[in-house]
Amino acid sequence: MSQSAVDVPPKGGFSFDMCKRNDMLIQKGLKAPSFLKTGTTIVGLIFQDGVILGADTRATEGPIVADKNCEKIHYMAPNIYCCGAGTAADTEAVTDMVSSQLRLHRYQTGRDSRVITALTLLKKHLFSYQGHVSAALVLGGVDITGPHLHTIYPHGSTDTLPFATMGSGSLAAMSVFEAKYKEGLTRDEGIKLVAEAICSGIFNDLGSGSNVDICVITKGNKEYLRNYMEPNPRTYVSSKGYSFTKKTEVLLTKITPLMERVEITEVGGEAMEE
Amino acid sequence: MTFTIPIDNGDAVKNAEADSQRTLYPYVTGTSIVAIKYKDGVLMASDMGGSYGSTLRYKNIERMKAIGKHSLLGASGEISDFQEILRYLDELILNDNMWDDGNSLGPKEVHNYLTRVMYNRRNKFNPLWNTLVLGGVKNGESYLGMVSMIGVSFEDNHVATGFGNHLARPILRDEWHADLSFEEGVKLLEKCMRVLLYRDRSAINKFQRRSLKKALQSLSHTP
Repeated sequence: MSQSAVDVPPKGGFSFDMCKRNDMLIQKGLKAPSFLKTGTTIVGLIFQDGVILGADTRATEGPIVADKNCEKIHYMAPNIYCCGAGTAADTEAVTDMVSSQLRLHRYQTGRDSRVITALTLLKKHLFSYQGHVSAALVLGGVDITGPHLHTIYPHGSTDTLPFATMGSGSLAAMSVFEAKYKEGLTRDEGIKLVAEAICSGIFNDLGSGSNVDICVITKGNKEYLRNYMEPNPRTYVSSKGYSFTKKTEVLLTKITPLMERVEITEVGGEAMEE
Repeated sequence: MTFTIPIDNGDAVKNAEADSQRTLYPYVTGTSIVAIKYKDGVLMASDMGGSYGSTLRYKNIERMKAIGKHSLLGASGEISDFQEILRYLDELILNDNMWDDGNSLGPKEVHNYLTRVMYNRRNKFNPLWNTLVLGGVKNGESYLGMVSMIGVSFEDNHVATGFGNHLARPILRDEWHADLSFEEGVKLLEKCMRVLLYRDRSAINKFQRRSLKKALQSLSHTP
């Protein structure tokens, strides 16, 4: 068979093609770019009617806070959400990818997605990359078989647990869970406990900070409470906020949108040349 | 963690000899210690396990000892180094008693002595592989401090070593307040020890608790 005619589908798994070149560059003195890590506290717990997921909102790049209010709870399916810790790009990419795979699967089967489907897709992907995709996930959702909560580690192993924490703040959050978790929590008790665990991570771990995001998933319903708690508000020196100097003369307090003043003319020109 | 000093003489035998004189890594280790100040003094708790790597070798090690009339010393890390420190402190207290001047070394003084010892050993690249907790009461004032193996020392209202740093400190920060009663203090420490037992692989379910009360100026041991 002539090689040009056959289209070989891309093989999965880690591609070692660039390794030699990367090694050579490092030997020559190139410092590899550092990743944007989410240095995180993410938690999940199962309560009476479903699953509650929680996360902090700080993204770090080494010692600097890159994003003070990022979103770590990712959408997978209408009834499944996933929190991600580790390298931000990896968690985003992997959850987006599995989310689209789930959607196509839903169209094909005509049924709601199950949490174990998402789990298997994620763990297969992560295992085939042997831990190089640095994504540690807390996956939770409610499907036809009930509420489920799983943790997935970067190398591809998974756990099924009634309460789970991941990320650099996982020990601080886990100490709260181990002290206070009990079975059959109500919705309000569960939210309070998750918020407490995330706050424990925010205040006791340097890699986590800013606000608390919470997502409550129950049968047939989900509530994404973005910035449920903001225990680190920005405080201004003056309680009135910014006040202009006394010499400032106020000319006009009417706001005119610029669109009314600007004329937009379409020039029938040629399309951009390629 | 290994400390290596470049030695000019490249003789392998001599290097090995020099290495065997310095602590390179711990062998028999104790896990966390948790201690708090409460209304009437100081409370300290630890488990009684000594691990030899990943084996739970010894299950009856007392990692907290009384020092003089006023202090309690708790240690996590290498057990043999802890015993060495106890010998140093024995000598210190003995010499102090020989003065027979009616004064005795209090927790602040012992803490300072330990800080100097730990820091100087670290400077010689031969550390005592311990994190020490020093608590005590003298003249109605309670004191609680910590020294690490590199000589970092500070005092605080509640301290924890080893895994306790990550698991017990959040609980203590949230729930400690001044004027804890003895029962409340014990409950708080029990909470911390329980979480440590769940999540620290080298913790065992046998605990030791010691307290120092202001009023009585005597040590009450409650195993």
